[in-house]
Order: sequence, then structure tokens, then C-alpha cells
Amino acid sequence: MARTLIVNGKPHEVAAAPDTPLLYVLRNELGLHGPKFGCGLAQCGACTVHVGDKATRSCAVPVGTVEAPVTTIEGLGTPERPHPLQAAFIAEQAAQCGYCTSGMVMTAAALLKKVARPTDAQLRAALDGNLCRCGTHLRVLRAVRRAARAAT
Amino acid sequence: MNRSRRDFLGRSGALVVSFGLPIEALAQAGLPPTQDLDAWLAIATDGHVTAFCGKVELGTGIETAITQLVAEELEVALGQVSLVMGDTERCPDQGPTVGSRTLQGAGPQIRQAAADARQTLLNMAAVRLGVPVVALAAKDGVVTGPGGRRVSYAELVGGGRLDAKLATRGRLKPPAAMTVIGKPVPRVDLPGKVYGTHLYIQNLGVPRMLHGRVVRSPRAGATVAAVDASSIAALPGNVRVVGLGNFVGVVAEREEQAIAAAAALQVTWQGGAELPGTQALPAALKAAPATERVAQANGDVEAALATAARTLSAEYFVPFQMHASIGPSCAVADVRPDAATLWSATQSSFLTRASVATLLGLVPDQVRLIWVEGSGCYGHNGADDVTADAALLSQAVGAPVRAQWMRADEHGWEPKGPAMAMTVRGGLDARGRVIAWDSRVYSPTHSSRPSGAAPGSLLAGAELGLPRSVGVVGADRNARPAYRFPNDRVRLSLLESAALRTSALRGLGSPQNTFATESFMDELAAVAGVDPIAFRLRHLQDPRAVAVLEEVAKLARWDPRPSPQADRASGTGRGVAFVQYDNAGAYVGLVLEVRVDRASGKVRVERVYAAHDCGLVVNPDGVRNQIEGNVIQALSRALLEEVRFDRQAVTSLDWASYPILRFSDVPDEIAISLIDRRDQPSLGAGEPATSPVFAAVANAIFDATGARLRSIPFTPERVRAALA
Repeated sequence: MARTLIVNGKPHEVAAAPDTPLLYVLRNELGLHGPKFGCGLAQCGACTVHVGDKATRSCAVPVGTVEAPVTTIEGLGTPERPHPLQAAFIAEQAAQCGYCTSGMVMTAAALLKKVARPTDAQLRAALDGNLCRCGTHLRVLRAVRRAARAAT
Repeated sequence: MNRSRRDFLGRSGALVVSFGLPIEALAQAGLPPTQDLDAWLAIATDGHVTAFCGKVELGTGIETAITQLVAEELEVALGQVSLVMGDTERCPDQGPTVGSRTLQGAGPQIRQAAADARQTLLNMAAVRLGVPVVALAAKDGVVTGPGGRRVSYAELVGGGRLDAKLATRGRLKPPAAMTVIGKPVPRVDLPGKVYGTHLYIQNLGVPRMLHGRVVRSPRAGATVAAVDASSIAALPGNVRVVGLGNFVGVVAEREEQAIAAAAALQVTWQGGAELPGTQALPAALKAAPATERVAQANGDVEAALATAARTLSAEYFVPFQMHASIGPSCAVADVRPDAATLWSATQSSFLTRASVATLLGLVPDQVRLIWVEGSGCYGHNGADDVTADAALLSQAVGAPVRAQWMRADEHGWEPKGPAMAMTVRGGLDARGRVIAWDSRVYSPTHSSRPSGAAPGSLLAGAELGLPRSVGVVGADRNARPAYRFPNDRVRLSLLESAALRTSALRGLGSPQNTFATESFMDELAAVAGVDPIAFRLRHLQDPRAVAVLEEVAKLARWDPRPSPQADRASGTGRGVAFVQYDNAGAYVGLVLEVRVDRASGKVRVERVYAAHDCGLVVNPDGVRNQIEGNVIQALSRALLEEVRFDRQAVTSLDWASYPILRFSDVPDEIAISLIDRRDQPSLGAGEPATSPVFAAVANAIFDATGARLRSIPFTPERVRAALA
């Protein structure tokens, strides 16, 4: 049974069964490369997207329960019109393999919407559920601080 | 050259540079002289340069660094160069991307090819412009000469080709003339990763592709008694069950359908190996059948120990640890009756192609492996195994299949970094110098990579009952101390098997051996009552080793005094460790400051200082990123990580049962001093800074508390027990 999902501002007819995790719809039906499969258990944050304004683990949300528009990192900004976080991640060279980057940026973007200038403790707490194995944490923290400064 | 490469070049109207490698470059790369290494660069009619690289990007930034080498020597802008990496039909076989050896071994080959291409283009320009070649200069892809005469690389190539065997060799630029090498240029792959457009293997789709999942046994070595296909008959997605020996999988139209079918499929397993259990490990390692080797022996250790003023002995242990890639392994395969295409995030395109070809009953030439970047791997994770999984599933169903491991597959079945035990005895003379060092290392192999010849090294190959490669590799990495002692002996007990399948994890045996050596040096320094850095310097001759220790002491504002510190109430302390990676690679001096909460036993590393000498630095920000990453990942291994298993199987199957360091626990600062030696060859930076971290943490805990921890990980429970 098809349903309509708004992703990055555009409507999409979705064929997946309603209990299918949103991530599989994004990565297979819509062919998006931003949200990553990391654990399927809502433990690592690689699949983070925005549902409405809320940072959401797309691997653990059934597509049938998604009512609000979905934003992935592809919808956050583009090289021509980068989101301040995307510009900051590049300025700080805040990645290695980059597999966790999309989830980091989406989590940080949701935080900065709520808290424009987070403290170091707020920042670390907000990102604590996003795992990075390459060890780029200090660069990611610098990038988010840079984006917060740029936006305020 | 094979057909598809010619097609590519024909289409792009390219100049092909071919040349024979000098013997020294081959020796450096560890490759046999071969005529296969003949095609490195193509210059298209629009001037764009494509370099063909047998090494692959693992997240460490080598794509950028290799691009810098090409741009520098060929005299083109960075943006004019792109790489094709790890494609068996288009790239030279430069060996697997391992051991921090890409810039060390493959870099000079590609750099020389670019220099040869530049010289060839200059020679062509001399003919075209009618001026002597010495009057010409190349810059930004254009050759200019006297009187404003100029011709671009694109105009020179004009769709033709040139055999550089006829050309003279290009001279490499001296350090003073370099404008791109040594600059912190931004990573070429980063924009795609930040805008979400970069393609990882986990997101690759091909036309008509189906989705596969493998159902693995509850115990290693178990055999299939029965597969009940009726258990999934009612599920949607045209699910097909694949059973080949003990290899069992499902294929469905949609990913979520394959996941559901794999979970529902009823398989009856029997037999399998019994494991010793995590708790039995250090003793089990030392009791296992082993091949004995002497890695080093000088003087008479026993006699020196008998006359020593003070003697000391200790035993250290590092458990099985995992690569723990954030993206579980994934591959796509399209297997036809007489040919196959594999899309894989392997580190070893050519060896994996050969192994998988054998599994499929094909010869390597019938198989093309196209490398696609995966999640960072830090060594041999499940990338090769899943490539075999995808290939077997595709062959069985006659359609392209994407095989994606789930999180529990990755944690449970990726080859683990080996558990190791290290024992050391040492003797000091009355002046506090080490006069005897006697160490023994107990280790299984650190490599079970696909070798081509033994497809049983792949999980699916073992499930089909095929032979696996034998031999113990990597246990000796940094087993020999860098220090000079008058009497020493280093013995290796190479274990023929291990409780879990093991393979290369960042640094192989180096972090474990360095943990033992650098902890024991600290223990000896404490017994001698000497400052730990001063004690190390007493026993080091190599000026580059001395330089990194002196540099890190300056960076950390090191206060020379013996450990432990007098004031134990604060819970703060500092520790030092040193390594020359693999006794021939980069030098690292590391100091870190910890805070130990005596009540909870929790250790927090607050600041880290690293002095790092990897010879000629190609990209300083890339090297810094690698040092930071090595330090944080190794801190995670030191403080948190241990693969747990019961008598059946691995029980660390997710991020809750195998935690890694999170944002709240990473240090506040990692200060780095790069010692750039522009006159020296580049040494790899992908692994060295991992090696000293375990010991530096142990030494800092000792400095803070007087308690010595000799087993990784330093969990709060272990620290509390040591303080009690």
C-alpha cells in the first residue's frame, strides 16, 4: 500500500510495508546516500535524519509512523548553499572515513536549532549517542563550535 | 594491458605513461619485478589527469596525499587530478593497502610515474615548439618557453599515446622546489562525505539487484544438519534459500525482506568448536601449542640477571579486540556463468579477486573487482568475507546481489585482533642501567587475509570446507625493544590456533608488544628511582628516537622526576611511551595526563601530547588527523575494549556489549608536534601513534596512584581492584 513521504521538501510515493524502518526506504527506494546503515539498533547514530525538527534514528523508526517531513543531509545544504555545519566540517577537516559524518551533522544541526551556543558539556552530551571509530571527535567538536559561532 | 583499460583510454583520448620500475622502488614496495606494473597515468584531451592506483582509500586520506604527489611532479593543479583506486582492470597491483605503507611504498612509484610523464611532455613540447628542452618549463599543465611560446598538455597529447620506455626518466623535485607536497591541502573526498553524496559500498545499487543475508552458525565450525525452507515460505519478496555445504543464506527482492527471512529461517546446526571462555584466556594462551622462535639474542641474559643489582619480572595481557567499523561490511556481486563483477571495500583487490574466483570456480581473469570505499576498517574486518558472501549468493540465484552484514554479524564474525600475553624479566646494575632484558611473546597470527591460494581463509570458504592459509604473521612487530641492552633475548611463542579467528587490527602485534616494553621500562625506571624519560634516553642511541622524546617532553612541559608522584590525593598523573613503529617506521613520543577517580576507578585521559617523525610529510593536516585518530581509537582500546565470548561464541554483539569511547570521554586536547624531515623518505602514519598509547595510559595511572595495571582494558573494576 503506497503512502506519501515528504523527504527533503519533495513528496515520494513509498511502496514499503509500514513496519519497514525508514532507513531502508531512504537508502533503497529513494536511493539516498546520506543516511547510513550502522547498527539497526539505534545505538550508533549513523542513520540520523530529521523528522520534523527532531534528530531521529531512521533505522529504528517504522516508515508507517512518520508523519512529519523528513530531512536528510542531502536536504540540509549543498556545495552551492552549504549549511553552516557542512561548511564548518570542511573548514575543520572533521572526518576520516566519513561514514558517521552524516549522522553527526544531523544531530548537531538539531542541537543548534534548539541551543544556538551550546556549552562544551551540552555539545558532548548531544553527540554522545553518535559513535565515531576513526577518532575525529575533537575535530567534530571544533566544527560544531565554529558553526555555532558562524550562525550567531 | 587488458581490453577494458584500452577501451577506457581509447574513449578518453589519453596519453598513457608506461615505464619499468627501478629495482629500489620495487624493493621498497615489497613487490616482485613484474611487467604488470606498467600503466599509471592518463591525460585526457581536456588536460584532466587520471592516476591509476592499486592502493585504496580507507579513510586515512591517502587519496588526497597521492593526488598531491601527482600534482606536484606532473605540474598540474590539484583539481586537475583524480584517482582510480583498487580496480583490478584499471589499476596496477601495488599489493594490499596495509601496514601504513601506502606513502612509504606505493607513493614513490606513483610520484616517479608523474615525474616521468612531466619529462615526457617536456620532450614532446621541445619537438613541437622547436626549442631545446632545457629552455622549457611546465606549470599548471602548460609548457612554456622563450618568446612566449607555449603548449598545453592537452594540446600535446592530442588523443595520441606515448610509450615512456622511450623517454628519459623525470627527475624528482627537490624539497625546496615543492609547492604541493608538505601543504595541508583539504581532503579531496571530504565535500562528498559532508554533503551526503559520496558513495559507500553500503549504498551501492546496481540494476536488477537483489538483497542477501547470510545465516551463520551459533558456533564456529558447526555443520548444517537441516535447513527448513518451509519456515520462510510464507514471507514476501520471492525469498530464495541458498545452501552450499555449511554456507546458508537468503536472497529477497527488498532489503527488509531479506532481513526478515534470515531471522525466520530455521536451520539445525550440529557440532562446532568449544571456546575456552574469556576468563580462561591469559592461561590458555600460554598453554597453547606453539612454534618457538628467537627474535633477538645478545650476550648472556641468565648470567647478567644472576649478577644484577635489582631484578624485576612482569606479565602483560591484551585481550581480543575488534575493528568495530561503524558500517557493517557490505559487498555487491554480479556473477554470470563465465564472468563476474565484484564491488568490494577490500584492502586487497587482487588477492580477494583471486580467492573469490576460486570459490566461484572461475579464474582470476574472469573476475573484475571494483573497489568502492567502505566504512573505516583499521585492518582486516569483514570486507573480504562479505565479498565472498555476495558472490556465492549471486552465483546461486543468477542475479546481482548486495550482501550486507548486520551489526551482530560484524561484531560476531569479523576477524579479531589477537589476544596476546607478554612476559618480561629485567635486571638493573647498581647505577640503574638495564643490563639484562628477557621477554617472551605469546601470539596467534595477525593475518588471515585472502591469499588467493587458500579460499578457506574467507568465512564462506571455510564453510565450504576449503583450506585456509597457515602461518603466524605480525606477532613480532615491535617485539624487539628499540633500546640497546648488553644482554637481551626476545622469544616468540607463535600459537598455531586461537579461540577466535584472528587477523590484522591496526598495528598488528605492535600495540601489544609496545604495551609490554614501554610499561616494563617504566617499571624499571621506578625501581631505579629515575625520571621515565631520562631513563629511556639512557638506553637510546638513534638520534631520531631521542629527538621525539625530547620534543614531547618540551611540548608537555615535562617535569623531570621519578614516578609515582608524591601527591597521590589529586588522582592526576602523567605517563610517557615511545615507539619506532615496526623498528623501521615512524617515531612517536607520547605523553598523556590522566585523572583517576579513586572511588569509582574511572580513568579519564585529559590531555595528550605527541611528537611524531614520519620523514617527509606529504600533508601535515592529514598526518595530524591520523595521529588524533590513532590516539583516540587506542585510548578506547586501552580503557574499554575486550571481545567477550562464552563456550559457544562471541557475546559482544552490539555497541552496548562492546562499548567504544564516546564524546563525553575523549580528551580535552591532543597537542601534536610534527618533526618534518623533508630530506628523508616518507614513513607511514596510519598506525604508529596507536602503539605507545596503552603503555602511556598505564604509566600515567601508575604515576597518579602507584598502582600498576598490566591487563587491557583498564576498566573501573580493574582500577578499583588495583587500588584496593
